[in-house]
Amino acid sequence: MTIERRTLLTGAAGAAALGGLPFTSRSARAQAANTIRIGVLNDQSGLYRDLSGPGSTQAVQMAIRESGITQRGINVEVVQADHQNRPDVGSTVVRQWIDRDGLDVVMDVPTSSVALAVNTLVRERNKVFLASGPATSDLTGAQCSPNTIHWTYDTYMLARSTGGALVAAGGRTWFFLTADYAFGHALERDVSNFVRSSGGQIVGSVRTPFPGTTDFSSFLQQAQRSRAQVIGLANAGGDTINSIKQAAEFRITRGGTRLAGLLVFITDVDSLGLEVAQGLVMSETFYWDLNQRTRAFTQRLGTLPGNIRPSMVQAGCYSAALHYFKAVMDMGVPAAKASGLDAVNRMKAMPTSDDAFGEGTIRPDGRKLHDCYLFQVKTPQQSSGRWDYYNLIGTTPAAQAFRPLTEGGCALVRA
Amino acid sequence: MLETIIFELEMAAPQIVLGLVNGAFYALLSLGLAVIFGMLNVINFTHGAQFMMGAFVAWMLLHYLGIGYWWALILSPLIVGVVGVIIEKTMISRLYKLDHLYGLLLTFGCALVIEGVFRNNFGVSGLPYAVPPELRGGFDLGFMFLPGYRAWVVLVAIITCLVTWYVIEKTKIGSYLRAATERPQLVQAFGINVPRMMTLTYGAGVALAAFAGVLAAPIYSVRPDMGASFIIIVFAVVVIGGMGSILGSVVTGFALGFLEGMTRVFWPEASATVVFFIMAIVLLTRPAGLFGRA
Repeated sequence: MTIERRTLLTGAAGAAALGGLPFTSRSARAQAANTIRIGVLNDQSGLYRDLSGPGSTQAVQMAIRESGITQRGINVEVVQADHQNRPDVGSTVVRQWIDRDGLDVVMDVPTSSVALAVNTLVRERNKVFLASGPATSDLTGAQCSPNTIHWTYDTYMLARSTGGALVAAGGRTWFFLTADYAFGHALERDVSNFVRSSGGQIVGSVRTPFPGTTDFSSFLQQAQRSRAQVIGLANAGGDTINSIKQAAEFRITRGGTRLAGLLVFITDVDSLGLEVAQGLVMSETFYWDLNQRTRAFTQRLGTLPGNIRPSMVQAGCYSAALHYFKAVMDMGVPAAKASGLDAVNRMKAMPTSDDAFGEGTIRPDGRKLHDCYLFQVKTPQQSSGRWDYYNLIGTTPAAQAFRPLTEGGCALVRA
Repeated sequence: MLETIIFELEMAAPQIVLGLVNGAFYALLSLGLAVIFGMLNVINFTHGAQFMMGAFVAWMLLHYLGIGYWWALILSPLIVGVVGVIIEKTMISRLYKLDHLYGLLLTFGCALVIEGVFRNNFGVSGLPYAVPPELRGGFDLGFMFLPGYRAWVVLVAIITCLVTWYVIEKTKIGSYLRAATERPQLVQAFGINVPRMMTLTYGAGVALAAFAGVLAAPIYSVRPDMGASFIIIVFAVVVIGGMGSILGSVVTGFALGFLEGMTRVFWPEASATVVFFIMAIVLLTRPAGLFGRA
């Protein structure tokens, strides 16, 4: 009896499969034409995982839910991959995604060297690149692309906000600890320009191998010997954490030298602990506890892998995806899929609005504009618990926060 | 001219001290690797993960049970050592008769799994672990400030290396171990339980890694990939020193720490590569390593 029933069921399933085959295939084709494919490319295993990683994908998925795009009958597929902070790995993934899987949008991509490689590829294939993770201001400068929007922050903004605050506080001579790749070089360059134009002086710098440096004490000793008033940390993630920790351990700041964390994320502060991080001045464009809207955003996003609060990079992925979906719903899926350039132009033509960054605009060179905040890390006494880390000490309005349009040397602007 | 030389020396002095500190970690880690390879003929790629587990267990002891640094220094190596014994009993012991490559692949796979589990549960940014209050001070050496904790690490590393060397080269247990490596059947015939000795040796090697992990916890953040960044250099150290040579790995560990420190002053960009450059030269000229017996 059992066997009979099983045979029957198998037969029925087989018949259904056979009969249904042409039908599903036709519907799959129809679906493909009506499906937007998004690839989140970032660090899933290394030192930038917490500030981007799976949390970025979670933010994109939230944007899908909240945009209402699926209610319009449009399908959205999200895939994610680990670029291991290596440009060759990142390029290979993106090439496969676009050429083999028909991907429409590449998102996030922290690690500037990888982002610059992806930037070129996406432009060649006429797709869309929504860059939330990378820092280098070259993405809207010398290497700007009509297919790219640089969303969350950049090295110029950090230089102006954090660098400016420290120069104003009397830091005239600077020494840099620079992560030896595109991001570190860009950040050092942008901060140096800013310091020099404010009458300050760069007394030296040292390039630290990336990735693969865990001990920064040798480099910090060199910085201390330079007798600079400010040691600028042109690095990020785990490198910044180790630099700050070891500077405290070796009492690098005992002679009145100040440490400038030029790119510090909330996940770094959490790892350092307030005992070590207190008093640090840093810049971000998003903080979960900034206002009612950011708190609501964080609440809706829920718990991220590793039990962390969202970084500005993850918030940027949400904001960028949400705005892209608005453009797609506006222009229709076929047009958006046919030309990444048209989709980006449509995004540039619309003002942005979301809970993470408030109101904003996108400039012709691909720079997304929003306010930039200067924070100081709280003392352990001021903090009410884990993730209550920042005091807001200054705001640069969107119009002044980023490099002026004419100074970046972007070909899209001259044209 | 004299001024430049004095300036260069001033620059170099802190690097000599710092090189010694980093060398202490290289020496401790390569010591465990050398013990395991020398006695078991297994290339233990899980060593970095076990180093990381040592630090994490110390953090967990403090965070969940309120047990501080000094007890962690003893408990964490024991706990991680037991995990090592389980790995040896259930998996590695089955591979002794096969080529080295199988042990390498197995232990590498174990490392990936362990690191992945910790990454998913604790993130990558790392957890803070404070320096114990007894070791918080430091010494002003004139040319630099040396934190008391770093001095402690160097001291403990040197003592541990000496004790391990003594146990293996000068005691009865050590002589059994060395004999079992050369002629396991013969030693077994004398009534010594060779498989159990292998298991315990692996456990001891793993405990050494965990011990180094506890020492490292207050200096570096307690992160899932903290071992991965060390282990590659440590393997180079073991290869340069001579696979399985205990004295070789200790001396090479300190020497390379020093060399790396000097490179950080004179050619910082190359400081991550210099160890591998030396390794290539050693492999070309003395394939058995500086202290190895061919």
